[in-house]
Amino acid sequence: MSQKSQGWNNGLLVVAVVVLAIAPLFLVRDAEFGGADGEAEAAIQEIDPNYQPWFSPLVEPASGEIESLLFALQAGLGTGVIGYVIGLYRGKRERQVMQNPSEFKDY
Amino acid sequence: MKKHQGFSLAMMAGLSGYLVVGSPAPAHAMHIMEGFLPVGWAIFWWVVYLPFLVWGLRSLARITRQHPETKLLLALAGAFTFVLSALKIPSVTGSCSHPTGTGLGAVLFGPAVMSVLGGLVLLFQALLLAHGGLTTLGANGVSMAVIGPFMAYGIYRLVMHLSGRQSLAIFLAAALANLLTYVVTSAQLALAFPSATGGVLAAFAKFAGIFALTQIPLAISEGLLTVLVWNWLQTYNREELQVLNLIKQES
Repeated sequence: MSQKSQGWNNGLLVVAVVVLAIAPLFLVRDAEFGGADGEAEAAIQEIDPNYQPWFSPLVEPASGEIESLLFALQAGLGTGVIGYVIGLYRGKRERQVMQNPSEFKDY
Repeated sequence: MKKHQGFSLAMMAGLSGYLVVGSPAPAHAMHIMEGFLPVGWAIFWWVVYLPFLVWGLRSLARITRQHPETKLLLALAGAFTFVLSALKIPSVTGSCSHPTGTGLGAVLFGPAVMSVLGGLVLLFQALLLAHGGLTTLGANGVSMAVIGPFMAYGIYRLVMHLSGRQSLAIFLAAALANLLTYVVTSAQLALAFPSATGGVLAAFAKFAGIFALTQIPLAISEGLLTVLVWNWLQTYNREELQVLNLIKQES
């Protein structure tokens, strides 16, 4: 049930995103690829060495592993919802096409 | 096919130019950390954010009341933001940052709705991940959930008006909203921490100059991913997209 899309090719879009994400790892080999929060803190300390954060997070992830678990959870939950919704729409569409094929000649 | 070739050529040219300019340097992207805005600024940005949040809630209530069938699509827009802001993607500056995912919802439902959806994502990250923060949620909300989406919506309308090419409009809307989000974050930090020698502008140059670069490939990625989801919606759910156009004309 594929249809010719008017816009940009989905496969190419995915490939481009993957390339954009992986390229820096090869292009900048000596970098640490740390998160940017810490570096922003450093920049603030540089501009204003006397600044003290006046509030700290209520809950800190207990370790890097726990943090990555929570990020994975966030991405996983979101992806699940997107997959569910798109799948549902696709199912609806296919049922419509099955019932009256004549209406969907242009697909 | 011609369009693809032109597009990939442009991508290559862009990337090469970008590589020449970008060299490994620490980036200052992502949200402003908990406690890292002076109290006055934290309150100020909360005050700016709240009216948009109220507007967003009312807009959300009206949409779900008048068009209950769009609830799923709202969930999709929210989930998209959820996923994209969880992805820490490496960038050419040698550090990581993440996309925002707010462009899709802004284009689908109008920008106001994203103040709620984006705010929810920020709240989740502040509470569970110690990423961003509650005191800085006002500032982060203004950058990611207000200014970014409004920019996305404006760009989308403008490009549609000028060229009528929808994929291009969606791509630019999402990508530029992403970039602008982080430019606003830089401005917020610069206002709060003006540099002793050059004032706010020098501080802004310091914050933005570095991570505008970090954000460029991520902005492109976000634009492409948003077009991908849009393509799916176009293919499987054209009727609902038409309903949404009516909603936006009402509001």
